Amino acid sequence: MIRAQFDLALTNFVLRARMEVPARGVTALFGPSGCGKTTLLRCIAGLEPRARGYLQIESETWQDDAQRIFLPTFRRLLGFVFQEPSLFEHLDVRGNLEFGYVRTPAAQRKITWERTVELLDIGPLLHRMPGRLSGGERQRVAIARAVLAGPRLLLMDEPLAALDAQRKREILPFLERLQQELSIPVLYVSHQVDEVTQLVDYLVLIRAGEVVASGPLVQILARVDLPTAQDEEAGVVIEAQAVAHETRHHLLRLEFPGGQLYVPSEKIALGQRVRLRIQARDVSLALSEHHDSSILNRFPATIVELAQAANAANVMVRLDVGGTALLARVTHRSLEQLQVQVGSKVWAQVKSVALTS
Amino acid sequence: MVITPEDWSAIRLTLTLAFVVTAVLLLAGTPIAWWLANSKSRWRGPVSALITLPLVLPPTVLGFYLLVAMGSGGPVGHLTQALGLGLLPFHFSGLVVASVLYSMPFVVQPIRNAFEASGKRPLEVASCLHARPLDAFFSVALPLARPGLMVGAILGFAHTLGEFGVVLMIGGNIPGETQVLSIQIYNHVEALEYTQAHWLAGSLLVISFVVLMVVYLYDPKRRVF
Repeated sequence: MIRAQFDLALTNFVLRARMEVPARGVTALFGPSGCGKTTLLRCIAGLEPRARGYLQIESETWQDDAQRIFLPTFRRLLGFVFQEPSLFEHLDVRGNLEFGYVRTPAAQRKITWERTVELLDIGPLLHRMPGRLSGGERQRVAIARAVLAGPRLLLMDEPLAALDAQRKREILPFLERLQQELSIPVLYVSHQVDEVTQLVDYLVLIRAGEVVASGPLVQILARVDLPTAQDEEAGVVIEAQAVAHETRHHLLRLEFPGGQLYVPSEKIALGQRVRLRIQARDVSLALSEHHDSSILNRFPATIVELAQAANAANVMVRLDVGGTALLARVTHRSLEQLQVQVGSKVWAQVKSVALTS
Repeated sequence: MVITPEDWSAIRLTLTLAFVVTAVLLLAGTPIAWWLANSKSRWRGPVSALITLPLVLPPTVLGFYLLVAMGSGGPVGHLTQALGLGLLPFHFSGLVVASVLYSMPFVVQPIRNAFEASGKRPLEVASCLHARPLDAFFSVALPLARPGLMVGAILGFAHTLGEFGVVLMIGGNIPGETQVLSIQIYNHVEALEYTQAHWLAGSLLVISFVVLMVVYLYDPKRRVF
């Protein structure tokens, strides 16, 4: 487990963060700009000396102000990838990578030099100066540099935020490969759900300096009582398995605990597990199955919970589809017309499903 | 040849003074610049003002107070005598002390600007990569501030070359000990030896111009140095 608890008075709010997250996989610290998620990350790195609190990474205590324990940043085995790549401009790529590598005892290294260079495809860049790299290349070097310093914990502060969509798609596979290869827990700060659904297993929601909820990504996104449900792009992530390619219609059939669904064909091996994102605005409700509808993905569902949506006209509906949660955003008027409430059986019609990986 | 042995001695003395002063200023000025760039202390303002004073004070004012302080009745004079160093005025060491103070702002300011320009982020990154603070200073902060250090060294050197007022107040006009180039030029003019004055003044002009030109042509990205 990673246990963190920090108090820090800032100019516009007070950070009062308490969280406990698994020490494996990727955990997203998720919240709007200025909510304190970057500051929390800096507290964990020991870069906010005024922060009082407690930090434990598995069995190691990095900070406990009650016991006057404070490991300075250079003694914390962590890797920090900043929003701007922050490469040392006076060193070439090799010099940047070596900086942390040579200061890490061999026994603590998690991954070899060669493997890192290969995984992040840095070989051709080694002799270039940072000023001569593209944004995506710089961030890859920054990630490699952090990984080569033998971290027990990787901290990433919106590492993709400064990149355009094209470059993001370029970097994401690297991050995924890295995650598969290394068993280093990652704390990943983000303000965009779609950036994190592909990578993240665990979600910590932060609002105005406080942790409002945390838990597995799938569970948190399916809750209607959290700020995530108020988002325009609110929706769930479900895990499914590819079961058949229907080549005639260029469709891929996937199976999930609640049934089967179709997505446009993708180059995915049968049996592979994938994550799907279904936004609440793409789910509509009906009292019977509409065989005469163009919508392919229809599931029998039960209404589990209702909550007011951000817009006064709308309701967030949490549905249970054979054990899988879906969110639907519909109008109050529609609910009245259908005469449904919590416990009612309905049909969920899913207009669009996005494959995230 | 119009350059007399006395002139040569003055040139040698001036260059030695400039090199010694530049070296002392780089060693002493860099930590001061670092402190000014990073400290949150309330003394930062007063110290900045004190260091910048020589920019606005007439050299004679600075020289006068130094003469008083370092003289036999002054606090610094007491100290140097107690330490067995004798009195500093009218000695080369007195010139070094005075020139260090006089050229300080020209060295500290560019270095401070360079530290401030690179900011705290590179040091945070270094500490996340297991570099201790001193290690981070030498392996990251100092190399990143190299343009500032170069400019500071060159300005300090050039400014010391051209010093006159402070030297005259504190060092007088002793050949081989305190008689620097600018004072030798003054001597020549006083004696109506215009040709010799031309030679020395012209050389100083050319050297100073070249030094300043190098500063302005210096482009850290092209790695001139």
